Amino acid sequence: MPIPLTLQFINLLAALLLLVAFAMLTQRRILSLINLFALQGAVLALSTFVVAYSTGQHHLYYSAGLTLLLKVLLLPWLLHRLIQRLNVRWDVETLINIPTTMLVGIALVIFSFNLAAPITQLAEGLTRGLIGIALASVLLSLLMMLTRRKAVSQVVAFLSLENGLFFAATSATQGMPLVVELGIALDVLVATFIFGIFFFQIRETFDSLDITHMEKLKDD
Amino acid sequence: MMENANLLFAILFQLAQLLVVVLLAPLLTGWVNQCQAWLQNRSGAGVLQPYRVLRKLFHKDAVMAHNASPLFRVTPYIVFGCMWLAAAIIPIIAVDLPFSLAADVIALVGVFALARVFLALAAMDIGTAFGSLGARREMLVSFLAEPALLMVFFTASMISHSTQLPRIVETLAHHQFMLYPSLAFAGLAFLIVLLAENARIPVDNPSTHLELTMIHEAMILEYSARHLALIEWASSLKLFAYISIGIALFLPHGIAEVDNWGGMPLAIVALLVKLMLAGAALAVFEIVSAKLRIFRAPEFLGTAFLLAVLGLLIHFLLGA
Repeated sequence: MPIPLTLQFINLLAALLLLVAFAMLTQRRILSLINLFALQGAVLALSTFVVAYSTGQHHLYYSAGLTLLLKVLLLPWLLHRLIQRLNVRWDVETLINIPTTMLVGIALVIFSFNLAAPITQLAEGLTRGLIGIALASVLLSLLMMLTRRKAVSQVVAFLSLENGLFFAATSATQGMPLVVELGIALDVLVATFIFGIFFFQIRETFDSLDITHMEKLKDD
Repeated sequence: MMENANLLFAILFQLAQLLVVVLLAPLLTGWVNQCQAWLQNRSGAGVLQPYRVLRKLFHKDAVMAHNASPLFRVTPYIVFGCMWLAAAIIPIIAVDLPFSLAADVIALVGVFALARVFLALAAMDIGTAFGSLGARREMLVSFLAEPALLMVFFTASMISHSTQLPRIVETLAHHQFMLYPSLAFAGLAFLIVLLAENARIPVDNPSTHLELTMIHEAMILEYSARHLALIEWASSLKLFAYISIGIALFLPHGIAEVDNWGGMPLAIVALLVKLMLAGAALAVFEIVSAKLRIFRAPEFLGTAFLLAVLGLLIHFLLGA
């Protein structure tokens, strides 16, 4: 049975999403981390657009445009400004070294593919293979949050985790209602602002963005 | 009668491929070097320079170290033979040549490994510091590159349900158009393996003789004259073989079909165009990238392994 071309294209984009997640996981520089995050947003917007085109669901066009505005333009710009103000362009410190992180990442992908297998058996439609990829990119972002020491890269990991969830919602279940998506987009935006304020607070208190210093915050 | 004629044609074309490969390989190396020279605004030595080097080397008298064992003496012939055999197995101008059925992709990786082991042993045979240094580094690079190469092959064989290269090429060249995310991943991984295995720039730089950076060059420092010529020729053949594998796996369109000897001229033209483009692309890639520190090479090759495994996994999940 030949698979329609649009679906093949979505599959390709899904694979690209996973690749970007891995690239973010193994990235050393915070500047390229943010650029990769913008790229992930672009892939996401494109895949949402293709889903909207192939299924004829008009509200997905809005959601693709929203993704483009928010995750490709606005949030990376905000993050760029933040790291310029904080002057933390280079230092991304990982807790475990990068080849080990890669291997753990591969294990996570296998785990999530296996986990998604029974769900895809139940699911209808041609895009069911994508649940595994979306789950894998969510787990990879979680791994990235765990292995990073600096607050900025953890926030980027959090935002890319949201990208994975969004991808699962659009491609596997043909999208959430527009109201929900608008709400989530607003939440992410506000969260980024709040994180920005947090960064300055953390730096003012500890003279660094290394969140291991926060372990000392306890009553003696 | 018809069967016999076909077999005769097949053997003839196999011999033609053997000859073409061994004669064209230095030309490909020269073409890559010339492209690099153009990109660096140098005028370059011309595409025929590797032939001149080979002729010069064959006219010299070989010098051997006193403590060289017979192993050191036979290694150039073994390496050259292995590379020639590898180039004979790969379907380069037609799919169904008699040699290509002799070995599948796993055996092909084995042939490359055999040549490498002999080269490393010969490098350690003389007992100079440089030889063993080069051999150790070569082994480090290749033991990381080999699993990635195997994974790339497995991805392609999963799609075509066969580990025989002719079957893979046939399946990939003659099915209807489809986007293969898994093959895209495998292609990226294969590019990295190609660069590492052929001592190209991000991993090794064969045009320098700096002790800190060299890998391949350190292993063959003790060779001279005809032995060196054979080794140089073998590395041209290796590059040719790798690029042909890349073409066979990722761009097989235009290759002559089974028992279609009339399609042969077209196949040869397509092959030449693809080789030229691949050589130019390789030169561009080498110009824009910088030499990695030797300790970063494992990470670079780890990326290749990661990409190949991801390709395999994505094939399982998406079926494409």
